[in-house]
Amino acid sequence: MEPTFYIAGGVAIVSTIVMLTRLNLVHALLHLIVSLLAVAVDFFVLGAPFAAALEAIVYAGAIMVLFLFVVMMLNIGRHAAEMERQWLTPGIWTGPVILASTLIVEVVYLARVASADLGTGATGPKEVGIALFGPYIIGVELASMLLLAGLVGAYHLGFRKTEKPEIQHDTGTHEGRADTGGDLVFAGTDQSARAT
Amino acid sequence: MFSLGLTSLLVRRNLIFVLMSLEVMLNAAGLAFVVGGSRWHQADGQVMFVFILAMAAAEVAVGLALVLQIYHRFRSLDVDALSEMRG
Amino acid sequence: MIGLLWLIPAFPLASALVLVLFGSRFSCKAKAMLGAGSIGLSALTTILVAVSFLTAPPAGNSYTQVLWTWINVAGLEPQIGFYLDALSLVMVLVVTFVGFLIHIYSAEFMIGDEGYGRFFAYMNLFVASMITLLLANNLLLLMLGWEGVGLCSYLLIGFWYRDPANGRAARKAFIVTRVGDTALMLGLFLLFTRLGTLQIQDLMRRAAEHWASGSTYAVVAALLLLGGAMGKSAQLPLQVWLPDAMAGPTPTSALIHAATMVTAGVYLIARTHVLFSLAPSAQFAVAMVGAGTMLLAGLSALTQYDIKRVLAYSTLSQIGYMFLALGVGAWQAAIFHFMTHAFFKALLFLGAGVIINALDDEHSIFRMGGLRTELPVAFWTFLIAGCSLAGLPFLTAGFFSKDLIIWETWSAGQGHPGFWIAAMVGALLTSLYTFRLIFRVFFGPLGKPATKRPGYAMKIPLMVLALLSVVGGYLKHPLLGFLGSVLPETIEVHTGGLTEIRSETIAALSFLGGLYFAYLFHLQKRSMADVLVANPVGRTLHQWWFADWGFDWIYEKALVQPFIWVAQINKSDFVDSFYTGVARMIELFYRGLSRTETGRVRWYTAAMAAGSVLFIAMVLLWY
Repeated sequence: MEPTFYIAGGVAIVSTIVMLTRLNLVHALLHLIVSLLAVAVDFFVLGAPFAAALEAIVYAGAIMVLFLFVVMMLNIGRHAAEMERQWLTPGIWTGPVILASTLIVEVVYLARVASADLGTGATGPKEVGIALFGPYIIGVELASMLLLAGLVGAYHLGFRKTEKPEIQHDTGTHEGRADTGGDLVFAGTDQSARAT
Repeated sequence: MFSLGLTSLLVRRNLIFVLMSLEVMLNAAGLAFVVGGSRWHQADGQVMFVFILAMAAAEVAVGLALVLQIYHRFRSLDVDALSEMRG
Repeated sequence: MIGLLWLIPAFPLASALVLVLFGSRFSCKAKAMLGAGSIGLSALTTILVAVSFLTAPPAGNSYTQVLWTWINVAGLEPQIGFYLDALSLVMVLVVTFVGFLIHIYSAEFMIGDEGYGRFFAYMNLFVASMITLLLANNLLLLMLGWEGVGLCSYLLIGFWYRDPANGRAARKAFIVTRVGDTALMLGLFLLFTRLGTLQIQDLMRRAAEHWASGSTYAVVAALLLLGGAMGKSAQLPLQVWLPDAMAGPTPTSALIHAATMVTAGVYLIARTHVLFSLAPSAQFAVAMVGAGTMLLAGLSALTQYDIKRVLAYSTLSQIGYMFLALGVGAWQAAIFHFMTHAFFKALLFLGAGVIINALDDEHSIFRMGGLRTELPVAFWTFLIAGCSLAGLPFLTAGFFSKDLIIWETWSAGQGHPGFWIAAMVGALLTSLYTFRLIFRVFFGPLGKPATKRPGYAMKIPLMVLALLSVVGGYLKHPLLGFLGSVLPETIEVHTGGLTEIRSETIAALSFLGGLYFAYLFHLQKRSMADVLVANPVGRTLHQWWFADWGFDWIYEKALVQPFIWVAQINKSDFVDSFYTGVARMIELFYRGLSRTETGRVRWYTAAMAAGSVLFIAMVLLWY
């Protein structure tokens, strides 16, 4: 079991790293999907088949697909890639890398005590189901409410009122379709000059 | 994985990338939970993972809807352009 | 009737309050009636009280009326209490009576001035404070009156406040007297901590009991009180404010700076004479201060050309006489001279006011002349007052009082021939500058013609005071006898070598000498005066004496300039900068922190990450 775990883990990490450095959005998404699937394999090796299944179906299947939908809908294209090339200078990586590596070191140090003992038995869906409907029932209910809230919120936020002129909340300019379609990704300055 | 996600979050300026790195971080947390659960042969790890999953799903839905609004308003997906609450 | 004592200061005080609060609603006539009338009522009450006191003298020759206890803390219990004895009665009589005459005079003098009501309010407040000072039964209440008269002096000197020079003169007066006041307060502290009370009579008793003659405490306390008196009475070296105080209206100069306020110091020393008797060295200092001021002011008066300044220096000189008298132990003589001086000095000032008014605000005596025929009333009254000041033998009050002092400087217990000589020279100088003034102003060719003539309100006070300047002298023996209940009699110790008659003769000769020289230089051959001044020695002396012996210059260089220099250095107030520094530091932090609010998500995330890293690091290091 061990080597499968490490290989899958390695794939996940490599895939994530590659994902970070991609310029093209869709490419990065695809790499993320690969990473998620690798993590699913890891779950399976660890003896959590239910989690593995969920990861593959929900995470990689639903959430990533949602991402893809939005990316495709926005139709960002090549311009984004150009912008990304401008933004991702090598120097920009230093700070965050230092920060993150410090974090890794600390957490690893903290977690040193745990022994590496990969359990033998698998905790199947049955046990998870009992746990969910047993002690964690409240969590389940709360999660469902959260999902409902997310649904309603997403619905409202996604709604675009470009047709009704009387709802002129004159804070922002309803540029909508009126503006040029050329400049899709604004050259990032700190002055959000468009939004008055 | 978490720190990778964190690094990516700090570096990338495209809003979609930010959300993606958030997903990476959530995934890493879930991974930690499942590993913990399997180590002690309890279902609790996976239960936590289910919750995290649900939360991530809701968050992605809302987040992407927000991305759509932002793009509609600002015509750009630059995270740094959304800095009106300055000063 | 004697219980009406408290009304004497109450009338002017009430009038001052009414004028301050409601003055703008009254007509000019009402204001004058209120202002002068309150003093008139005061004078009347004083007469009633005096009659009652004289016909039925209370026990111990003193009457105390306590209104209420002012403060009561830790053994300090000053009261609002009035103490009437011979000394305070005499002084209150003089103050109210002369004050009343001056108020009548100023009703006409100040007419047309926009601050008419304000003037009377200040003057009334002044009289109220002065009477409080005189009648106070404890030193703290006396201090209240002391400060009150200082305040009113400031207000009245700077009465025409639109001219900044007047404000400067007022400030100068206030600040210089403040120096004296500080010394006085230190004296009060010393007396209270050492003797445990501020009630004047108790204080004097305890001082006599606890302190031996010449003990350090007595000397120090007496010197501090002398300091206060020097400030208020404008003696050396604090005399610089009085000539400049002539910037105020003439009635003010008459009342405050001639007859009353400047004699507050004399009163203080006379009141605490027991203390001074216990400190012979302090008393000697008093005499020296008096003699010095007398000569200095007399010489300066010879060089002045502003009529009011001549009179100011004359006041300095005469108060020097009073201090000299106090210094040699001639207590009664000092008070006698105070009374006569009040009469003729007030008269001189009022007469000067008439002249200034008539000549359209002309102050320089070298531009006046021949006013004898133009302003006859003013001339005769001025002449009488001048003779009284110079000491015309037998006919004027000034002769009696001044000669008594001169004689006492020789014969009294602490008298000294040196003082006698100084006093005699002073008399010569007095005669000299007085007649210089009279000859320049009233005799000789007509200078500037008079455009206005004084009305009755101005003439009658002049005439009354002139009468008093003549007959006041005949009150010598009754007055001295009356004062004897309070002030010890001066025992004539040194009678060898000089008798009173001989002293008086020499004084009369000095009077005539002064008259002759004045006549010579200022009437007959006026050119001789110019020759004297043109001579280099003469010119230096003239300039030096004109500038008040350089005191103003010394104070300017030694005190004012360094003070301004220090103030300039401390312009950015280092104490204040501590507080502004705190504010600035907060602002610095604010600016720094607000820079962290960039509004950028990545920045915030980085901050969160860094925070958690730090936190975990702290946890790690701890365990």
